[in-house]
Amino acid sequence: MSERKIRLATCSLAGCFGCHMSFLDIDERLFDLVELVEFDRTPLTDIKHCGPCDVGIVEGGVCNAENVHVLKEFRKNCKVLVAIGACAINGGLPSLRNNIDLWDCFQEVYQYEGGLEGGVVPNDPELPLPFDKVHPIYEVVKVDFFLPGCPPSGDAIWRFLTDLLAGREPKLDYEQLHFD
Amino acid sequence: MSKTISIDGQSVPFEEGQTIMDAALAAGVYIPHLCHNPEFTPHGSCKLCTVKVNGRNVASCTMPAVEGQEVLNDTEELNADRLALTQMLFVEGNHLCPACEKSGNCQLQAVAYYLGMMSPHYNHFYPQREVDASHPDVILDRNRCIYCELCVRASRDADGKCVFGMSGRGIGSSLVVNSASGRLGDTNLAVTDKAVQVCPTGAILIKGKGFTVPIGRRIFDHYTIKQIQTGGGPHE
Amino acid sequence: MDRPETPDIAPLLTPILAHHGHDASKLLQILRDVQDACHIIPAGAIDLIAVHLGVPRVNVEGVAGFYSFLSTRPVGEYQVLFSGNITDQMLGQDDLMQYLCNKLWVESGKVSEDGLVSIAGTSCTGMCDQGPAALVNGWALTNLDRNRLDLIGELIRSRKPVAEWPPMLFETVDNIRRADVLLGEALAPGDAIRAVLARGARKTLAEMDNSNLRGRGGAGFKTASKWSFCHAAIVEEEGHVICDIGGHPERFIVCNADEGEPGTFKDRVLLNSYADLVFEGMTVGARVVGAGKGFLYLRGEYRYLLGQLEGVLKRRREAGLLGDNILGQADFNFDIEIHLGAGAYICGEESALIESLEGKRGRPRNRPPFPVTHGYQGRPTVVDNVETFACAAKIAAQGGAWFAALGTAQSTGTKLLSVSGDVSRPGIYEYPFGVTVRQVLADCGAEDPYAVQISGPSGTTISWKEFDRRIAFEDLPTAGAFMVFKRKRDVFDAVRNFTHFFAHESCGFCTPCRVGTALQQKIIDKIHSGHGTPSDLEELKRLGHLLKTMSHCGLGSSAANPVLDALAKFPDAFERKLAGLAFEPAFDLDGALETARKITGRDDEWAHL
Ligand SMILES: Cc1cc2nc3c(=O)[nH]c(=O)nc-3n(C[C@H](O)[C@H](O)[C@H](O)COP(=O)(O)O)c2cc1C
Ligand code: SF4
Ligand code: SF4
Ligand code: SF4
Ligand code: FES
Repeated sequence: MSERKIRLATCSLAGCFGCHMSFLDIDERLFDLVELVEFDRTPLTDIKHCGPCDVGIVEGGVCNAENVHVLKEFRKNCKVLVAIGACAINGGLPSLRNNIDLWDCFQEVYQYEGGLEGGVVPNDPELPLPFDKVHPIYEVVKVDFFLPGCPPSGDAIWRFLTDLLAGREPKLDYEQLHFD
Repeated sequence: MSKTISIDGQSVPFEEGQTIMDAALAAGVYIPHLCHNPEFTPHGSCKLCTVKVNGRNVASCTMPAVEGQEVLNDTEELNADRLALTQMLFVEGNHLCPACEKSGNCQLQAVAYYLGMMSPHYNHFYPQREVDASHPDVILDRNRCIYCELCVRASRDADGKCVFGMSGRGIGSSLVVNSASGRLGDTNLAVTDKAVQVCPTGAILIKGKGFTVPIGRRIFDHYTIKQIQTGGGPHE
Repeated sequence: MDRPETPDIAPLLTPILAHHGHDASKLLQILRDVQDACHIIPAGAIDLIAVHLGVPRVNVEGVAGFYSFLSTRPVGEYQVLFSGNITDQMLGQDDLMQYLCNKLWVESGKVSEDGLVSIAGTSCTGMCDQGPAALVNGWALTNLDRNRLDLIGELIRSRKPVAEWPPMLFETVDNIRRADVLLGEALAPGDAIRAVLARGARKTLAEMDNSNLRGRGGAGFKTASKWSFCHAAIVEEEGHVICDIGGHPERFIVCNADEGEPGTFKDRVLLNSYADLVFEGMTVGARVVGAGKGFLYLRGEYRYLLGQLEGVLKRRREAGLLGDNILGQADFNFDIEIHLGAGAYICGEESALIESLEGKRGRPRNRPPFPVTHGYQGRPTVVDNVETFACAAKIAAQGGAWFAALGTAQSTGTKLLSVSGDVSRPGIYEYPFGVTVRQVLADCGAEDPYAVQISGPSGTTISWKEFDRRIAFEDLPTAGAFMVFKRKRDVFDAVRNFTHFFAHESCGFCTPCRVGTALQQKIIDKIHSGHGTPSDLEELKRLGHLLKTMSHCGLGSSAANPVLDALAKFPDAFERKLAGLAFEPAFDLDGALETARKITGRDDEWAHL
């Protein structure tokens, strides 16, 4: 084993944090993991920007301009980039909106839906601007590895990570590979 | 003495009139396939069943077995190419497995698992396709259609109805139904029709039956499509 | 889907259906007539046709949706389709189309608000030697320029029926620049048939065999073998050869005049000026295989030839060269019917052509069985190219040895080349096989030639380094197209044009071609827009492999040829367009925010990428 710990960052773009939850499902193996890795930006550390890392794991697809900035930062800083979960890999459930016109989406949310004052579409630059369609991350940056599942099970994640960290080509057992 | 072909070096007997696929399935040899269903006339459109015969690629589901054929099937190159075709089918439609009732029982998904598909690889088309829920018992979600035409064949050949057909061409191909309104509810499709049972994907589903089998007990949760389709898995 | 309101369609349909004898195999012809009458295939017409022909509605809808000259959405009362071949583009087609659009206040691909006109592109119309070309309501327009478009614009605005437009707009010429034995030496109608009757079918087949004639449609299959396979199928069925006796009503001769390969127009010239020779060849074939019925499958783009071809058939019937008892031979009955295509390149593929003849979607069949045993209506059928039949007539009249003495060992006889592109004398050149590319280039006045597309997009791209190669099955096989590109041209433009062509013409039956041609087009367009990367080139090669090896028919398996050839021979054409080594997104990130910017009215820094 190398003396230096492997530096790992994770984030969720257009996802539901389900993959992150599943990550926690590796349970007590987390203790083994922290022997091997140290965390950079993740929801666990609350670091806001990704620094130079060995591995970046991205959950969720790309649905707005902000996602692109985060994703590009990850790509720039991570030697190996992993797409985790259905959303990062093919847009997933957020991409259900790809069949709906963006105008209709906005109208539905800001005009027809009750509770929002004025019924006007906000134009605040703070709000991430949405794309016409939701895309998987590999259509925006180069992705090195994919770990499908919605979410992938804790076992699949553990298997994947141990392979990866040991320098092996990650390979899942039949029952660990699923798209749902 | 019966005639034989060889598939990956294994001698496989066949009868006159059988295709390579027929012979393989009878012998328990798995050749990946999606548009083929032994109950219906071979179609030859998905091309997943492509094998190499004497150096040339052919679709095994339509190619007659001929004495002495040397067939290559389970090779790295062919499986890589089959994987690419499977990925094409995924990006061409809208396959959101987590939201699909067929998930776990879907042949497209199962073939993808068998071939080790980790991502759809190609850029998505995200086509606009119609979902037709007009029929009281059956739902048609064109987002998941792979144009295997099994429903077309089943409706025509088994049900004697011609409820389904193909229109358009190229990437603009589409599955159409036999009614002036274009709605499934206005056709004479019955939930008991063979056409409703044969869809390898989640494009044709029976209403009110979704998610009845829990995750973990679905067809392909523990058995590969190879095991299932060559009789190595449990029967449905 | 909304159905456009249609007036009572029945009175309009009744005569059309009657004209085609309520015959389901005439479905495509019926739909063509409906389209002509209504500028749309109305949903109501689909219902009625299905009922009257006794076929499922889905089948009618399927056919209506397949052919590009049929549409289930309205097109203009005047529909102008600009020929989109690369040679038309090089002659300024894009600008001209825009010019006419501006003139008539219509966006390309849309119908004007008053329904008067729609303007769009279409695949090569086979007028590359006299382009830029277009079709107006199916009738071929040639030599377009702004003056002509001014006139056309006026004619459309004043709603002048196309039949009354000045004939000058529709003038087509043969442009025969070099004639050899096929085009140069006349054969009197009936001579070949007389020779066959004198010699007998069996010996005629032997002459065909001696001639070593190979199919001119591209694949180069030996014609005598095809004819004798058809024989063999008959023997198997009937126990004996029954050629030389009567035209069997259930055996067919089909002449493939689909000529859809961009850059090919030699069949057009044969049918325009040598129709007798072609029909004579079909009749020879009919005698040899004992066929009673022939079809000429004429591409829709050539509908302007239909009237005169019907005239030739009529004249031949009157002269006793077609119909019952041909040339007084009591057991020799054979007649020819012309079917019009409707804008589908795939219908040149012989089994798709047969499907189309049967009134179906043009989808290539599974083979085996081959058409020679199970063709039209499942019966033995010979499908040959127009030029092949012309050669067959010559061989029947003058013998196989005469023919075999021309050309090279493996490629006997002559070949018609359709020469277009950067040349001063575009047109038809007939050469004995074996001629070098360099010779052709010299003869046609090629200007600083750099690349030649041999046999169209599905053929071979050759570079200036290869101009000593020969036109022959041994070296450069060809169906006839010979498109020349000068040094100043960007080879990539041709590649892009061809990938669009294939994606548009893929029938959609099989996965590799349906999806592969569309993916190929996307990648080429990405490179075109300046966002290509080396990994895109790798992806193109991989797609090329899949198309070549996994496709169902020749369309898919050759759809990557222009890309692969150009990558190998003109790598610069791609590399200078690449954005760099880094990854580039698959789509235009900033462009994908445009809708949201519009909705929110934002234009701040964060609203752009
Ligand atoms: C996509 C495709 C298009 C074709 N188009 C034509 C055509 O327009 N004309 C033609 O004669 N052959 C065409 N062919 C070749 C035919 O399938 C067939 O080989 C030919 O008509 C046989 O005639 P021949 O033996 O006289 O060449 C095409 C083939 C393919 C795969
Ligand atoms: S049809 Fe199959 S592959 Fe498609 S979404 Fe449903 S389960 Fe997934
Ligand atoms: S609906 Fe199902 S059975 Fe029918 S063509 Fe589509 S995928 Fe095949
Ligand atoms: S290769 Fe293309 S044109 Fe040929 S059958 Fe397949 S989809 Fe149709
Ligand atoms: S299974 Fe043979 S082509 Fe689909």
